[in-house]
Amino acid sequence: MSWTRMQMAERLVREFQDGWVVNLGVGMPTMIADVPMGDRDIIFHAENGVIGYGAVCAPGTEDLNLVNAGGQNVVLNPGASIVHHADSFALIRGGRMDVTVMGAYEVAANGDFANWKLKGAKGGGIGGAMDLAASAQRVFIMLEHRTRDGASRLLPRCSLPITAAGVVTLVVTDLGLFAPSGEGFALRDLAPGVTLEEVRAATACPIIA
Amino acid sequence: MARNKTYPDFDAAVADIPDGAVIAIGGFAGPGTPYNLIAALARRGAKRLTCIANTTGGAHKPRMPDIGMLVENGQVAKVICSFTAATRASDVLPFTKYYESGEVEAEIVPQGTLAERLRAAGAGIPAFYTPTAVGTELAEGRETREINGRRYLLEYALPVDFAFIRAARADAVGNLRFHRSQRNFNPLMAMAAKTTIVEVEEDILPAGAIDADDVHTMGLVVHRLIRVPPPPMGLWTRKREAAR
Repeated sequence: MSWTRMQMAERLVREFQDGWVVNLGVGMPTMIADVPMGDRDIIFHAENGVIGYGAVCAPGTEDLNLVNAGGQNVVLNPGASIVHHADSFALIRGGRMDVTVMGAYEVAANGDFANWKLKGAKGGGIGGAMDLAASAQRVFIMLEHRTRDGASRLLPRCSLPITAAGVVTLVVTDLGLFAPSGEGFALRDLAPGVTLEEVRAATACPIIA
Repeated sequence: MARNKTYPDFDAAVADIPDGAVIAIGGFAGPGTPYNLIAALARRGAKRLTCIANTTGGAHKPRMPDIGMLVENGQVAKVICSFTAATRASDVLPFTKYYESGEVEAEIVPQGTLAERLRAAGAGIPAFYTPTAVGTELAEGRETREINGRRYLLEYALPVDFAFIRAARADAVGNLRFHRSQRNFNPLMAMAAKTTIVEVEEDILPAGAIDADDVHTMGLVVHRLIRVPPPPMGLWTRKREAAR
């Protein structure tokens, strides 16, 4: 047993506090906008300057000129606003993101993470990740615990070029919820049916339970 | 009498773009992308261009006019983008093989830094310090400085010869309004450019038809306007219409 991607999103959402401004990155994090927030008032920010967007549009109802960071057509919630890119990133660097949620290839015990350049590639895809990682109040990472080959994505140090140094607050994987602690990862929660031994066997650095 | 900036067609609007020009191209994931102007630049054939945009173009179908096409056309010397490859290994951008073979140079820039470098160019600011990319491969060998206990990276303004942008609405003097996330980089590129060329989705209005309080980009920094003809004459009125 382990968490599905939607359950990973739901588990991270439990960490959100009322009133937070939440930036969602491309890929897995886009699912978070579809998770019910209960009575918490959460504002979603997309790097392209859309503040206060909601769920992905039902087919046929899209405004083709309105997309989130992943290029999905979304709805605007009441009270939404739209700004240009310089203002959007001024909000980011200005520290107004309570959290940014991003996907990653690797995350390290020292709080580094890597999500822009693959091994051996000449080019990369940074997008807004470096700006968000450097300046958001918290950085939450969503990723599969292991690669397709079974190698741990939670590492003592990143092997790929990093996106930012020492910034990661929380990591959710299919196996559990973790916080980088310097020498390893502190276990905050286990997915149902997953044992501590299984997590330790799947992880390339110490798990502090 | 205010000067009318309307051009008859896309080819006329790009006819004077010389070899070696620096072109900024607006748009983010579709909205605000000046597809018709990119296609006109491909027909124009100017070479050794430097192209600035968020991406070089997508890996997905349907293929829209993008920097990748200008690269395939042999028109591009260098791109300055926040993506020079896709983040998923299975996606290969059309641009990537030209970059990997060394036919085209690329500078990868974090998206917020790209926006701010354009903003700075338009605002008369030659350079600035940002916390973004400090401690990464991008900062290696470059000037950093500690200010109030935090380390920052020096970034230079990015001036532009021609900006290609797309807006929902314009009046004859070039005042612009964007619809929803169409705005993105477009106002910054207009400010950063010597010459701004705009493809406009609605009929171009007489001066004064957009109230001064409602202008997103002022006509002062807009030089050429071309109305996107309605489909089927005008290609790429909206990205998804091409897919339907």
